[in-house]
Amino acid sequence: MAIEVRIPTILRSYTGGAKAVDASGATLDELIGDLEARHPGLKERLVDDSGLRRFVNVYLNDEDVRFLGGLGTPVADGDTVTVLPAVAGGAR
Amino acid sequence: MLTISRELVDAIVAHARADHPDEACGVVAGPEGSDRPERFIRMDNAERSPTFYRFDSQEQFRVWRDMDDRDEVPVVIYHSHTATEAYPSRTDISYASEPDAHYVLVSTAFDDPQFRSYRILDGVVTEEDVKIVEAYG
Repeated sequence: MAIEVRIPTILRSYTGGAKAVDASGATLDELIGDLEARHPGLKERLVDDSGLRRFVNVYLNDEDVRFLGGLGTPVADGDTVTVLPAVAGGAR
Repeated sequence: MLTISRELVDAIVAHARADHPDEACGVVAGPEGSDRPERFIRMDNAERSPTFYRFDSQEQFRVWRDMDDRDEVPVVIYHSHTATEAYPSRTDISYASEPDAHYVLVSTAFDDPQFRSYRILDGVVTEEDVKIVEAYG
């Protein structure tokens, strides 16, 4: 088994149009490293030097990983990781 | 062009007015590929701010999963500006990441609320006409 990663429309250019791809790793950080190996360019859209980019939300199953352990969050086979673009903005 | 029912326009404007002076935000979902906004979903502004909005990430997850289950997409993503024009700010543009969505801005800064719609793709803003209909044909 692997970990299913659900990809939002805006990032499907990196996955050949696929809505969901498989990846593996023991933590979210490792998972994103594996994703990058399979779909080059994706990592930069998800993380920067300070961690997860503020433009994306990443969920382990149905929980925002910012409320879990961030990039250090343990992941396991059978889990689902969902990436959604953060929806935000405002007058300033 | 955004074609949207009068009932939905009224619901979006009413939400913007109710939350004034804070920014209001939400989604109108519609069947994938239809480009037709149908299901009004009022979202919490997690920032509760007059100058910023952000969907609560947990609420967004539930709403997006629900749309997925119904084969819907966010046809309209709306928010209000409460002291400035209904035109996308730099922050709005930097966050805009639903290439197929109509980004609706409502301004409650004026007596008559402005209701305008935009496409925002790769940092480029294109205003579009809004056609308000009594019912979809």
